[in-house]
Amino acid sequence: MLAFIIRRLLQSVLVMLTVALVAFGLFRYIGDPINNMVGQEATLVEREQLRAQLGLNDPVPVQFARFVANAAQGQFGMSYRMARPVADVIFERLPATLELALISGIGALVVGIALGVYTALRRDGWLSQIIMSLSLIGVSLPTFLIGILLIYVFAVQLQVLPAFGRGEVVRLGWWSTGLLTESGLKSLIMPAITLGLYQLTLIMRLVRAEMLEVLRTDYIKFARARGLSDRSVHFRHALKNTLLPVITITGLQIGSIIAFAIITETVFQWPGVGLLFITAVQFVDVPVMAAYLVLIALIFVVINLIVDLLYFAVDPRLRVKRSGRGS
Amino acid sequence: MSDPTPPPLLSVRNLRIEFPTRRGTLVAIDDVSFDIARGEVLGVVGESGAGKSLTGAAIIGLLEPPGRIAAGEILLHGDPIHRLRPDQMRHIRGRRIAMIFQDPLTSLNPLLTIGQQLGETILTHLDVDEDGARKRAIALLDEVGIPAPAERIDHYPHQFSGGMRQRVVIALALCAQPELIIADEPTTALDVSVQAQIITLLKRLCREHDTAVMLVTHDMGVIAETADRVAVMYAGRLAEIGPVRAVVQTPHHPYTRGLMGSIPVLGADIRRLVQIDGAMPRLNAIPPGCAFNPRCGAVFERCRSDRPDLLPAGATRAACWLFDAGHASEQTR
Repeated sequence: MLAFIIRRLLQSVLVMLTVALVAFGLFRYIGDPINNMVGQEATLVEREQLRAQLGLNDPVPVQFARFVANAAQGQFGMSYRMARPVADVIFERLPATLELALISGIGALVVGIALGVYTALRRDGWLSQIIMSLSLIGVSLPTFLIGILLIYVFAVQLQVLPAFGRGEVVRLGWWSTGLLTESGLKSLIMPAITLGLYQLTLIMRLVRAEMLEVLRTDYIKFARARGLSDRSVHFRHALKNTLLPVITITGLQIGSIIAFAIITETVFQWPGVGLLFITAVQFVDVPVMAAYLVLIALIFVVINLIVDLLYFAVDPRLRVKRSGRGS
Repeated sequence: MSDPTPPPLLSVRNLRIEFPTRRGTLVAIDDVSFDIARGEVLGVVGESGAGKSLTGAAIIGLLEPPGRIAAGEILLHGDPIHRLRPDQMRHIRGRRIAMIFQDPLTSLNPLLTIGQQLGETILTHLDVDEDGARKRAIALLDEVGIPAPAERIDHYPHQFSGGMRQRVVIALALCAQPELIIADEPTTALDVSVQAQIITLLKRLCREHDTAVMLVTHDMGVIAETADRVAVMYAGRLAEIGPVRAVVQTPHHPYTRGLMGSIPVLGADIRRLVQIDGAMPRLNAIPPGCAFNPRCGAVFERCRSDRPDLLPAGATRAACWLFDAGHASEQTR
């Protein structure tokens, strides 16, 4: 188990280094950073001076090593556009994105599993058929369209929910939360639905398919043949066995929720890192883009690590050493 | 109307199981009747698809839709159980009728310890507390020959070998002292050396607990070793039923004769084993009359038009017109 974790950690470091290389590449190949930093009137001498000052004349490997060392300490330099440390800008925006991702992720998981189990158990019921048909819409409609439709119905026509922004926020140390104010919660509803709908339908369809698969297995038949109650057969025996693939997919999806909050944040002008990234792309704010890239990679790596550890918690076949076999 | 003999433990009367499909209704089990007495071992043999397992599933109420009992009845001590509501049937399953499946490797839930699986079964059926259930579970494991049961009870199924897992499955079936165990090919998935152990164990336990067994298998060796009576099934119908010795040594139905002739006998000077030409008909193409008539060496006119009932034939009863009184007199003429 420990060896497994160490191996996984080493792999994670490798992944992070690769991503860092790509992020570093951004600096070198997306235009000349000096051009972006200084005004039109800067002289060649001034440019050269800045270049030396920023270490851009050093050999590439040295620059990369410096980038990695700084990145490891959370230093990604100054944002070209805002002229503030990138780390500060990102950390300021991070709570908004994490809250949005967390709420929509939990919502998608809870509702997705519940609906998945329901539609698997009542396979031929009319409500299941309706849910399954609706889920096709969730899978096939693009995120921005769902967001715009929601805004049109609830903000423009019914005028019950705000169309954009995060509402009032409360500061808890460096973390700013919108979960404690009414306007904050109201503002969260539509973005969370928009962001989570796809994941919800995905998890639901996955749970349904896995559940149908498990319900056909011998140990479920044997559990029924022993006279166990339906509740025990369905939830104690069947649901737990469907969870491994669900954990895998959910882990990957939580990563995507954070990474692809970009679209939702743009539609709802949600002040998170996704919106920050889009603005950075428009202004070729390379340090912000690089930092975002590394941050998202880190989140994916951490989530994957957690998923691997959850396997151990759920599946005893991985946990217990293969002792006492034979005869 | 006075009937002094009590009804048999299990009585299957004219059972008919149908599968409605788009192309019409398939009759998987057609007019099958048999009894199982208290403590008796009834072997059920036949080729794959003859309806052996289906009959077992129907008895314990676990027919998978769209399969359904279209006619006939299943009586437990004379009480019909084939029309019970699911919650009533649940109290019979495991408590009075238990079932053992073919593959012990897949019969146990991989995510629960065997103690948890035994415990929940005991708590479902018996009026004991958690401690009592655990004690009983350990005693059961000991009874089915699991060494160090107090320790092994907290292990997961994957920590047991195939033979040991089938012992655990048997312990699970015995949890609530059922009167009847339906064993659906309990040894098919096991090594030959382990098969004998499991059969011996099953036989011993059932004798000790006075439990009846419906042993579904296509292994005639196991049947000869274990069963009191044998039912031979063919294309969803009973071909022959009778005491095991009579069916194995002096079979009457041509199909049973073919079946017995196809078993190699050590030391016997036989150059070629008998084989039955052709294959069992598919459910949608069962011929009129006797289902076996296209493959039967002794077929005559009547076999192709009328379906034979079970007729007395020596010590057994066989569904074959050869044993009809009229035909017999024709033969002796």
